[in-house]
Amino acid sequence: MSRIGVFVCHCGMNIAKTVRIDDVVEFAGELPGVVVAEGYKFMCSTPGQELIQEKIKECNLDGVIVAACSPLMHEKTFRKVAEGAGLNQYLLTIVNIREQCSWVIEDEDEATSKAKALINGAVYRTHLLAPLESRFIDVNPEAMVVGGGIAGIQAALELAATGKKVYLVEKSPTIGGHMAQFDKTFPTLDCSACILTPKMDAVLQNPNIDLMTSCEVTEVKGFVGNFDVTVKQKARYVDHDKCNGCLSCMEKCPGRGLSEFDEGLDKRKSIYIPFPQAVPQKPVIDRETCIYFKKGKCRVCEQVCEQDAIDFEQEDTYRDITVGAIIAATGYGLMDTTPLVQYGYGKYPGVYNALEVERLFNSTGPTEGKVVMKDGKEPESIAILHCIGSRDTNYHEYCSRVCCMYALKFAHLFKEKTSADVYQLYIDMRCFGKGYEEFYNRLLEENVKFVRGKAARVTDVTVSPDEEGKLIVEVEDTLSSQFMRLPVDMVVLSPAMEAQADAGEVARTFNIGVDKDNFFREKHPKLDPLSTTTDGVFLAGACQGPKDIPDTVAQAIGAAAEALTIVGKEQLELEAATVYVDPYVCCGCQNCVRVCTYSAPSFDVEKNVSEINEALCKGCGLCAASCPTGAIIARHFTNDQFIGEMEGLMEF
Amino acid sequence: MEFEPKILGIACNWCTYTGADLAGTTRVQYPHNVRVARVMCSSRVNPAFIFRAFQLGSDGVLIGGCEPGDCHYSTGNYYARRRLAITKKILEFAGLEPERFRVEWISASDGIKFAEVVKEFTEEIRALGPQTKFKVKKDIET
Repeated sequence: MSRIGVFVCHCGMNIAKTVRIDDVVEFAGELPGVVVAEGYKFMCSTPGQELIQEKIKECNLDGVIVAACSPLMHEKTFRKVAEGAGLNQYLLTIVNIREQCSWVIEDEDEATSKAKALINGAVYRTHLLAPLESRFIDVNPEAMVVGGGIAGIQAALELAATGKKVYLVEKSPTIGGHMAQFDKTFPTLDCSACILTPKMDAVLQNPNIDLMTSCEVTEVKGFVGNFDVTVKQKARYVDHDKCNGCLSCMEKCPGRGLSEFDEGLDKRKSIYIPFPQAVPQKPVIDRETCIYFKKGKCRVCEQVCEQDAIDFEQEDTYRDITVGAIIAATGYGLMDTTPLVQYGYGKYPGVYNALEVERLFNSTGPTEGKVVMKDGKEPESIAILHCIGSRDTNYHEYCSRVCCMYALKFAHLFKEKTSADVYQLYIDMRCFGKGYEEFYNRLLEENVKFVRGKAARVTDVTVSPDEEGKLIVEVEDTLSSQFMRLPVDMVVLSPAMEAQADAGEVARTFNIGVDKDNFFREKHPKLDPLSTTTDGVFLAGACQGPKDIPDTVAQAIGAAAEALTIVGKEQLELEAATVYVDPYVCCGCQNCVRVCTYSAPSFDVEKNVSEINEALCKGCGLCAASCPTGAIIARHFTNDQFIGEMEGLMEF
Repeated sequence: MEFEPKILGIACNWCTYTGADLAGTTRVQYPHNVRVARVMCSSRVNPAFIFRAFQLGSDGVLIGGCEPGDCHYSTGNYYARRRLAITKKILEFAGLEPERFRVEWISASDGIKFAEVVKEFTEEIRALGPQTKFKVKKDIET
């Protein structure tokens, strides 16, 4: 490139206050190959962009340098400007004289000289740049949503509403997720099932949604626009194509297992639908508890089934599906509080976790909505313990965000359904959402006793007669600095919302990152919260971090919109700054094949050289640096370009 | 005149460069001596670049990548870590003070760390004085 234009932005006073623009412009104008150098107040504004385009045409520029803010901010903007004036967008170089200069250096001389050095580097680099061609690939118009909780349901419905075909993959026999287990939702106290089950039904009825329950994604290959997903259909031992959902098999089944849906508080049949409103309304057989599978005799279900749908020989099957985009909505797990022995969960029957209590309140639950304990008695006093495993550096440092609010909801429901005394043992009340603080204030009026302190221990060791037969919660009330012993009948733990136990494995399958708590990592916490580092894979709901239902739904709708930016297009532009192999230099050592995470290089046995699938290449340049013969050339970051830039940076 | 070190910085696009941007937006002040070139991933850094930088008169070379486990390309920084550790040994073997070459893992959210590292490194290089071991005189070079 020998006709370079340098455009220096003042960024109002942001750059101009410490970098002497005129000085820099004059310096740049004298550099080899620079035919025009100009300063302007706001280069990113329309007049600034027009100035660049004018000069490109007027001076017949074949390279453009914009010295302004960070390339992460406006590189795309200026690339478009260059393209708009007929210059290849890869012949543009951004020099960061704001974040790297004016904002971090107070001294005018120092900032100005650094700006000059950076521009000099860019001029050296720009001389060596080559135009790159954008490449396009066809996009598969279908999408996949993984996880059938409220996040997945909402995302699938949104996508389906745009006319796109959606595969909704759920590992359990029904969709609905945790929300289906809840009785009421805070702070409005509307019934969870009443707002969820219509959506579940809508999924079933929607012709654009292919509902895949008892399914798991086992492999994801390919890339944005064209993911090849393998889905395992776990054996249900019931042919759902034949089954008409009459459920007479369920009625007659003599086998029993613990109900996952009721958190093990109740039993279900061995051939079962998880709960009465389950979608689909077709049963599966639990192999572990089925009498036929255990003892080789029974097959009662088979006898009663008029549809001939029972199939004890059924096996897992695999299905390959190609989709353009994927939404991970795999939800959360509730922390197992058994290891926290101080709270006695699993030891004292009177200690419950929050999800179990949800089931106690629910009219389809084990007690049909009556608040009675395992001994059949109604509790006279109840303590709700906040932050069990959350906000605790021994377990999870983060706040689980929903516990304060559901604890308030529980207190309200306990007051409504029993005459018990209710204690809230909290560290801080965090009622941050719309209508949440109001709900807290309402509870303050409902004769609930708030104790500011984290419970230290739950014990049945009594020290006075009035503690007899009770569970004692030990806590320091930090407002009155008093140590308290609260004798109660029932203790409710609010365990942390955790990443799913298999989150790490799932993240590897989808090639996305996890944070230190194993929640899926978003691309940018503020500006790209639904994307992941793998293009075309998006996040919705609590798999990304603890969330309440309103946030989850909002995020799911957002993720659907994100997915639509891909499956709504016919073609996608691919990264042009990829690598290629010079076959005359390649020695066939296959280092590149070994190091690449994306399987972009492959080895051509016949030619004895590596070749790159550019659709898979992300342009990181790892292979280029790993290549012992220098046969791999990283476009836009070639050795020459980089060394040239260094030369320029170090010259002055 | 007091010696002002010239330091080459190479920062990965996703973490260290973004972290440096954050240092900027939060107006953390740090010495002007480091001039940063951007690569997409620290694994792109060919050891030859580092030797070349010293030949070009760099008094120190600072490389920044994503924190282990956080690489945008999932494992690039692990390759960089090994490769650059060996590079450092070779530099030392060739007679250069190994302190002139530094590798840091700086996340996108750690603007402060970026500034601190630059401050510290600049002072170390200042104390070491100009790098003459590898530096090629311009007129002889071509």
